[in-house]
Amino acid sequence: MFPACRYSLQARRCVGALKAVQAEHVAPQVCSTRSSSSTLSRITTHYSVYPRDKDPRWEGVEMERFADEADVVIVGGGPAGLSAAIRLKQLASQHEKELRVCVVEKASQIGAHTLSGACLEPTALSELIPDWKERGAPLNTPVTEDKFSILTEKYRIPVPILPGLPMNNHGNYLVRLGHFVRWLGEQAEELGVELYPGYAASEVLFHEDGSVKGIATNDVGIAKDGSPKDVFERGMELHAKVTLFGEGCHGHLAKQLYKQFNLRGNCEPQTYAIGLKELWVIDEKKWCPGRTEHSVGWPLNRNTYGGSFLYHLNEGEPLVALGFVVGLDYTNPYLSPFREFQRWKHHPSIMSTLEGGNRIAYGARALNEGGFQSIPKLTFPGGMLIGCSPGFMNVPKIKGTHTAMKSGMLAAESAFSKITDENLQSETAGLYIPEYEEAFKKSWIWKELYSVRNIRPSFHNYFGLYGGMVYTGIFYWILRGKEPWTLKHNGLDADQLKPAKDCTPIEYPKPDGKISFDLLSSVALSGTNHEHDQPFCPAETQSFSCVYEYVPLETGDGMRLQINAQNCVHCKTCDIKDPSQNINWVVPEGSGGPAYNGM
Amino acid sequence: MHRSSEVKHLASDFNTRACECFGQPPVQPFESHCPVLTDRTVRVQLKVLKVKDGSVFFIRVKPDRTGVVTDGVKHSMNPFCEIAVEEAVKLKEKKLVKEVVAVSCGPQQVQETIRTALAMGADRGIHVEVSGKDYETLGPLQVSKIFAALAKKEQADLIILGKQAIDDDCNQTGQMTAALLDWPQGTFASEVTLEADKLKVVREIDGGLETIKINLPAVVTADLRLNTPRYATLPNIMKAKKKKITNVKPADLGVDVSSRLEVLKVDEPPQRQSGVKVETVHDLVEKLKEAGRI
Repeated sequence: MFPACRYSLQARRCVGALKAVQAEHVAPQVCSTRSSSSTLSRITTHYSVYPRDKDPRWEGVEMERFADEADVVIVGGGPAGLSAAIRLKQLASQHEKELRVCVVEKASQIGAHTLSGACLEPTALSELIPDWKERGAPLNTPVTEDKFSILTEKYRIPVPILPGLPMNNHGNYLVRLGHFVRWLGEQAEELGVELYPGYAASEVLFHEDGSVKGIATNDVGIAKDGSPKDVFERGMELHAKVTLFGEGCHGHLAKQLYKQFNLRGNCEPQTYAIGLKELWVIDEKKWCPGRTEHSVGWPLNRNTYGGSFLYHLNEGEPLVALGFVVGLDYTNPYLSPFREFQRWKHHPSIMSTLEGGNRIAYGARALNEGGFQSIPKLTFPGGMLIGCSPGFMNVPKIKGTHTAMKSGMLAAESAFSKITDENLQSETAGLYIPEYEEAFKKSWIWKELYSVRNIRPSFHNYFGLYGGMVYTGIFYWILRGKEPWTLKHNGLDADQLKPAKDCTPIEYPKPDGKISFDLLSSVALSGTNHEHDQPFCPAETQSFSCVYEYVPLETGDGMRLQINAQNCVHCKTCDIKDPSQNINWVVPEGSGGPAYNGM
Repeated sequence: MHRSSEVKHLASDFNTRACECFGQPPVQPFESHCPVLTDRTVRVQLKVLKVKDGSVFFIRVKPDRTGVVTDGVKHSMNPFCEIAVEEAVKLKEKKLVKEVVAVSCGPQQVQETIRTALAMGADRGIHVEVSGKDYETLGPLQVSKIFAALAKKEQADLIILGKQAIDDDCNQTGQMTAALLDWPQGTFASEVTLEADKLKVVREIDGGLETIKINLPAVVTADLRLNTPRYATLPNIMKAKKKKITNVKPADLGVDVSSRLEVLKVDEPPQRQSGVKVETVHDLVEKLKEAGRI
């Protein structure tokens, strides 16, 4: 990560300049330099900022789109989307009905954009596919050992995990979630679901009555300067009776839908964390398959929410999955979650595991922390939200896969009865299915999220982490979350950064190339790649893969913002954390992005 | 799926670029090819090869050192094969050929690659089933034999292949196929024109460009600048599901796919040693003497 101090100062000055410019002009020209106005260059050429009907290069280009009809279209081939698809097909075959279910996924292969720890609670899986073991689900590592500790710079203080505490993992499995999602994809295909990896849904389509009609995939063959190339082709429209949006944390279409249907009117804004992960092949002598380790404390201070995980996987070779999560409500602009992660690996207790090992993968992804308080309205005419997109992660357990899967199943069940009801009189062209929300509120997801709702907000006190742990001990462990009050979050993550002058710069150690690494080599490991010649999103803050950087101007005086969009790992943190909220993450051409293998 | 702009830096200096950017040249694992046969009057047979995606720079050697880890690694159509498919489809659109057949040799997964070729415009596909140990040892010689047999069976008039696969860089299949069939070959083609029943091929060679005229039937291998492959758009992928893919076994074609080569060892390239800076020419000479070089 580039030294945050140098760039954040300039970032704030540039933000000021940008805001001023935006206020003056109707069509915002994104200004990248603050001192030399002569070498102004456009940061983005995306059609959402520069509409095509006013652009002379697009005159005469055929803009008609091919359209196709399905019963249900699912955006996102992750745990939620695939569980919904599988459930729909199971119900269809049970009731002997024909149902066309299409899943569009921006990754080139199902599972290639999936990233998680992960420790899976098999409850939802057992409900969906009871014979998952016989079918070869890659749940190869049952949890055998569970450790939790508070780290200081040199020492490790173990904390007993009593049964009943949220971080108790008995009965769970350590998985490579990418492989699990790939397996779910195979199950879905066997049932007849149409999977289309490599095609990103870039636009929501609406009927005339305002209900959701379906989605359109992205256009391909657009040059970096926004003009059409020879191989330009329009995306395709997929129309459906109901569209399920399972884009994962902070989905870009969901962002649009929140505004369109005012789905967040009655809930708190979503809060997030960033999760960074690496896979290591370690020395066999240090490998204990099934061991689950979590830690809090060093290197974060008590007021910055975050912690680590280290899972020993049993997948044939001595593999560990380890990572670091930092709440995106951190206040110090000098903080670099990537460098905290690299620093954490040098702790004596972690280094002893990693020494002599080899890093084989890296990735990053934002995750939800809002929990119960941030659940939006889930259903609107023509569509429903499932999975981490609305956000059902159980934060103290750090598990969201089982709730995502269950939400997909609930959505499928409510949609199925409505779609196959021959006597249905719908008010809107796209089906409105409030039964989903009712079923959701009666389900175990609701109960689970309600019981842990106050744990994360309890960290917002003077004692930070320690106050939160005391709160968890009293109110969750003893009272099971039955306290009558609901604590609030602190507001948008983007508003939490304090001015740099009020914060202390953090001195990060240089990466040693054996245990800790720099950002560029980490990005190479994620296998990320995109078509060079395409427009990218307007942006202005940090990224976990060297996307945004300030480079000196060629004239030598001042800096300019350079966006290396090719390095993007689709973590969405820029869209979340940017203080001026002027970043709007949009999908690139489908099949670009990271190429995670079982992350 | 690769796009040609990526292919530019991948193909021409794949190894050097990888060295520059990431400090470790990638291991070139072995992968099987599928030549593209294109048929002028009736069929154009395309070879579509499924290789590890060129943007995946981190390839690991298997613990037993017999090859590289391929499980779960992103695979896509060989970039030169995409160009070959595009050329065949272009010929069909100009009504110079009647039918385009895409062929791939390998396990079940190569059907995806054939479907992509069908989505780009091929008419039908042939999947030559080779799996397990046979697939791991499948090399240019066996594939050329398969292709020669198929060309005779399908009465193809033109075979278009990618010039080489980006995983093993053998650059042999096209040439071997032509030799087995005793057909003329136009390799490293950057331009292909059909003139009556002869083929004019502009070849990229070390000294520049060479133009040759060859009789049909012939074998052509596609080089980078032949064309820019089109995207396989979603509606075409959906339509491609209805196009036919026939399954064939090498034994049905009378081809023995056993390999005469044995891979003894696969190793990662040695770690790059850091260089040493010297201040003067005198120091340089001293250092070279120390190292025993002069």
